[in-house]
Amino acid sequence: MLGSPVIERARRPGRRVPVWGLPGQAVAADRRTVWRVGRSVVEPMAIEVSTTDSPDDGSVGIVKTRTVQLFEPPASLTLAGGGKLDAVTVAYETYGTLSPERDNAIFVCHALTGDAHAAGRHGAEADSLGWWNDFVGPGRGLDTDRYFVICANVLGGCQGTTGPGDVSPGSDEPWGLEFPFITVDDIVGVHAALVDHLGIEKLLAVIGGSLGGMQVLEWAARFPDSLGSAIVLASGAKLTARGIAFNAIGRRAILVDPNFHEGDYYLTDEIPRFGLGLARMVAHLTYLSEASIEMKFGRRLQEGDRFAYDLARETEFQVESYLHYQGKRFVERFDANSYLYLTRAMDYFDLAATHGSLLEAFGRSDVRFLVVSYSTDRLFPTSQSREMVSAMVKAGRDTTFLEFESLYGHDAFLIEHDQLAGVVAPFLEQTLESEQRPR
Amino acid sequence: MSATRYSMPGPDAELIDELLVDQIDKGSRVIDLGCGDGRLLDRLRSERNCRVLGVELGEAEVIAVIGRGLPVIRADLDHGLSDIPDDSFDTAVLSQTLQQVHRPTTVLREMLRVAFRALVVVPNFGHWRVRLKVIQQGRAPVTDALPYEWYDTPNLHVCSMHDIRDLVEQLGMTVVREIPIIRGRPVENAWWANLRADSAVYLLERASE
Repeated sequence: MLGSPVIERARRPGRRVPVWGLPGQAVAADRRTVWRVGRSVVEPMAIEVSTTDSPDDGSVGIVKTRTVQLFEPPASLTLAGGGKLDAVTVAYETYGTLSPERDNAIFVCHALTGDAHAAGRHGAEADSLGWWNDFVGPGRGLDTDRYFVICANVLGGCQGTTGPGDVSPGSDEPWGLEFPFITVDDIVGVHAALVDHLGIEKLLAVIGGSLGGMQVLEWAARFPDSLGSAIVLASGAKLTARGIAFNAIGRRAILVDPNFHEGDYYLTDEIPRFGLGLARMVAHLTYLSEASIEMKFGRRLQEGDRFAYDLARETEFQVESYLHYQGKRFVERFDANSYLYLTRAMDYFDLAATHGSLLEAFGRSDVRFLVVSYSTDRLFPTSQSREMVSAMVKAGRDTTFLEFESLYGHDAFLIEHDQLAGVVAPFLEQTLESEQRPR
Repeated sequence: MSATRYSMPGPDAELIDELLVDQIDKGSRVIDLGCGDGRLLDRLRSERNCRVLGVELGEAEVIAVIGRGLPVIRADLDHGLSDIPDDSFDTAVLSQTLQQVHRPTTVLREMLRVAFRALVVVPNFGHWRVRLKVIQQGRAPVTDALPYEWYDTPNLHVCSMHDIRDLVEQLGMTVVREIPIIRGRPVENAWWANLRADSAVYLLERASE
């Protein structure tokens, strides 16, 4: 249980409120509305502590997402792009127990389409498992028997933290594209405020892959005294031109969808599902490696062994069917506007430009770094990790770098848990030891 | 012995570690190329309070180094040390590894690029037992100190102490110290070292400009 003096405002119990997609239905006039799976909105629930039932599947058990309001007036969040947000709702989950010394907290930064639900399950259903459940739990890579693990949805997202799908203050309508521009710096600023709110002065580690890894880097550069170690997985100090290009294709697909309505689709009958689905299909392909696609699908057909000679049949090959399925599933859980904002934040991220140089970015801290890349990752190739590692070594940082041989491409950090745990667990142990050593 | 493995614990491993530790200044920055499981770095950190970094190719070895809580970078020495900036260390160590890389000259140059001094340990194929095996049997030598068949050996290059001297001179480096290891003992200025030494430790520096 969280032993911090966190007191959250009690709210009405959560209830499902159908919002957009149903003709004639008005949007819930509550700015704390959050996106949920399915085309309905659930109000955040007020929960004092996360319930950690005795795990029977080796996971942390049943967990719930909590929310907290930060940057409330008179404070407000000034964004790197110049915008301002008065009050930000942050959805987060915690696992494990914070030690009395408050020195065992680890913050998990999720990737582009992740959420606060990293581990455990929300209910009895197996599909409610957290996105990193195999890596976060008792005896796992992030051992919840030893560490207090925090994961929060990113600013601009659509899974509980303030984003373009929320109702903008002083109006009855969701922000849409009126939502201010956000950057990775802003995302990290909000997470750091959450950690502060939880009463934790210094995190043992911040860990994340892909866009999550960018957040880790920014965190280490901007709040060097607030973390003991930084674990950067399948990521880089900036996105490559190729990565920006793929994001551009995804955004283009959304923007030209006739149902996009310049971002104001929340009150209409339809959402830009084709554009968002297509964006996901393209992006998903960049997460896989050539080898894994060949292995998984090859040229196999979905039904039978003969071509249909029918152009209307879009899911003839297994790989087609798979991509369509991924697109469809994604549309059910993600907001197109959030996708636009977050991919742009990813494009804009440039650690060296923000902090002068990589050397300056890494030079301000005593943070220990663990950098992991994957041999078949084409989105964040190993060369990007090497560039960072070089600067870390030059800056005199305690630096560990490892490229794993993997078949799984960019997604490997979400798949190959055991080998990752094999390096993360001892790295964390050493960090804890050196943090506890009197100086 | 897998070909990807650079560092091998030899019979003289502890002795050589001891010698290397003696050569390294307290509190200095040390990079160990082909650091194996990191045992030398562990000693340097605890006994010499050095700021250390290991470079190793083998995945299992890298994980072992991380397990010791030491910083390590997974890299192939044959692809150069481009991740390591110039002058980022005081001493670069290469123990029982030079004969196993494809381009020893590149590795030596890189060592003295990233560090001012280099400590290199090389097995001596000029040892009389090796020579005798070759003459007597007319076969590639397998001895206690070099226990590999020619077709299954991590040692890609066969060199004697004389050969190392020649190469180092050719590269314009200075041999500050040369310590032959003879029957498990370091013997500096030994007679007929090239016949008697199983291996030798070299302390190299950049030639003064």
